[in-house]
Amino acid sequence: MAAKAAAKTGTTPKGPKGNAEDYLRMYRQMVRIRAFEDQANQLYLSAKMPGLTHMYSGQEAVAVGICEALTDADKITSTHRGHGHCVAKGADFKAMFCELLGKAEGYCRGKGGSMHIADQSHGNLGANAIVGGSMGIATGAALSAKLRGTDEVTVCFFGDGATAQGLWYEVMNMAALWKLPVIYACENNGYSEYTKTAEIAAGSLTARAEAFGIEAHKVDGQDVLAVNELTQKLVERARKGEGPFFIELATYRYHGHHVGDINREYYRAKDEESEWKSTRDPILNFGKWLTEQGVVTEDDLATINAEVKTDAEAAVAYAEAAAYPPESEVDMHVYVDSPELDAALRGQAA
Amino acid sequence: MREITLSKAVNEAIAEEMRRDPTVFLMGEDVAEAGTPFKVLAGLVDEFGTERVIDTPISEPGFVGMAVGAALTGSRPIVDLMFGDFIFLVMDQLCNQAAKACYMSGGKLNVPMVLRTNLGATRRSAAQHSQSLHALVAHIPGLKVAMPSSAYEAKGLMKTAIRDNNPVVIFEDKLMYQDKAPVPEGEYLIPFGKANIKREGTDITLIGVSSMVQVAEKAADLLAKDGISAEVIDPRTIVPLDEETILASVRKTSRAIVIDEGHQSYGITGEIASRITEKAFYHLDAPVLRMGAMDVPVPFSPALEDLTVPTPEAVADRARAAVRGELFHAA
Repeated sequence: MAAKAAAKTGTTPKGPKGNAEDYLRMYRQMVRIRAFEDQANQLYLSAKMPGLTHMYSGQEAVAVGICEALTDADKITSTHRGHGHCVAKGADFKAMFCELLGKAEGYCRGKGGSMHIADQSHGNLGANAIVGGSMGIATGAALSAKLRGTDEVTVCFFGDGATAQGLWYEVMNMAALWKLPVIYACENNGYSEYTKTAEIAAGSLTARAEAFGIEAHKVDGQDVLAVNELTQKLVERARKGEGPFFIELATYRYHGHHVGDINREYYRAKDEESEWKSTRDPILNFGKWLTEQGVVTEDDLATINAEVKTDAEAAVAYAEAAAYPPESEVDMHVYVDSPELDAALRGQAA
Repeated sequence: MREITLSKAVNEAIAEEMRRDPTVFLMGEDVAEAGTPFKVLAGLVDEFGTERVIDTPISEPGFVGMAVGAALTGSRPIVDLMFGDFIFLVMDQLCNQAAKACYMSGGKLNVPMVLRTNLGATRRSAAQHSQSLHALVAHIPGLKVAMPSSAYEAKGLMKTAIRDNNPVVIFEDKLMYQDKAPVPEGEYLIPFGKANIKREGTDITLIGVSSMVQVAEKAADLLAKDGISAEVIDPRTIVPLDEETILASVRKTSRAIVIDEGHQSYGITGEIASRITEKAFYHLDAPVLRMGAMDVPVPFSPALEDLTVPTPEAVADRARAAVRGELFHAA
């Protein structure tokens, strides 16, 4: 990870070509998210997926720009629109599609589904289906990191809609009081479910964080490099105890609130959607920049796109053929065992 | 054996576990220098410092949510909720987050946290500082619920709760904090899901939790004067519930009253009574009775408040009626 290494050692950036490996990984991760969502949407439309799902398409640069600035030891909390965070934090397609279809090989053994999907082994503390529900969890993970004497950083992803939840103000207060290594990342996609954000949010979001003395930033959430550069700086500072931070990322959700929200002209114009897709697409724009800078050719990008599409299709086929969890698992995992406690109790009885 | 207060027992349990395990920490409103309004935690900050005994703002959902996050990432928080009534403020964090993280992740995440809070009326504190809300959390799979009935129980159950890898809610009776009981000097744990037969008897089983164990014992004393032998059972934890001990007792005595300080309707008395009826029906000589708190918000006036909770006299009256076979015809 050249970009991370450069940031850590303080050496000067190597320029586009020098960072080719990082850039291509970021490009590929964004394409992977888009490909995952395209397949998920097809699974919904063909009635192969149980329930609903919330598409991340359009917001890829946010998840990738941020997660590429984190290590596996760093934590994230995700949202109901969480597939992008899950991919960006290092998840595998097969276990993700299995989860989406409720199969035993899913990350949560089919018990979580789309809204709780997470690859826990890469520091993803879970996607949360209560809007704003993870703000306490993320802040608590940061408190724990500090108490345990680690330099782990936690990123709390949430949408503009979640800024209306009171919990955020409670935990921002404590995070600021105790200088916790948490970054609140607000993905402002302009819509709080079926309502324009302007209709639900008074004043400025950054000002809300600043009211607690939290340093707040605004960044173009469609520009993966801008997101990554800012996040790298903030992560390094958070590791040194200079947190917490707030980032508002201006982005756009290509689909409706969920896959079933198709006729949405009553709250969002089609022209607006096509404008974002044609001029501000994070993948197209980054790809264009990479070719202009001579990092790759258009053919190289086409090869990546094709590889990812093939991977996604293979993972879908795998998940469709995979087994559901056995009925015996329905009452498993309600509680976890406590082996050390049990041993102590046995020792006491003896 | 020495006798200490329930308050001191809780304090000792937490101190011992914090010495044993550096990942255990405590957070809540006024837990540090103040040691809580009930002084239960007094002195802990002196030994463990403000890093591990953390005073929070008055932000219950915030700090309970943070406890969940800390528990998910290698710490073992004990979070202090000053009054049980405030549990309504933290329901999302407790019931949607803490209780479900393990299941929703297919067992890959777990939340080893303790939420300690209290219950109990007759302290003249009115409807928002007097409720006994354990049934609310007992309803949610994924949480364990402990109900200590004495200083001895409070210490052993707290230590077990801290070592359990699941979220545990402990309800202490705030009127019992100054009650003393024999507590050994040495370390001990009390296993969850193992009821305590407080007194053996043959005619009727009185099942009570927390403060109602004392009520049941006093009722048993009254009944003994009438030649009625009551068995008293303290389940200790309502999740998990030691159904076997309760059923074995009722099969022996053929009668049961379940006593609780939570509201009677839709409460734990109905749950336990129903399990007895389902599983020991042919052993019963009387309907299983429920005696919970009245279904009214807890009133302030002593003249009214005392009417709302079960008393030893009321329990004894119902027990006599059950033993005399008077319940088949009574409405």
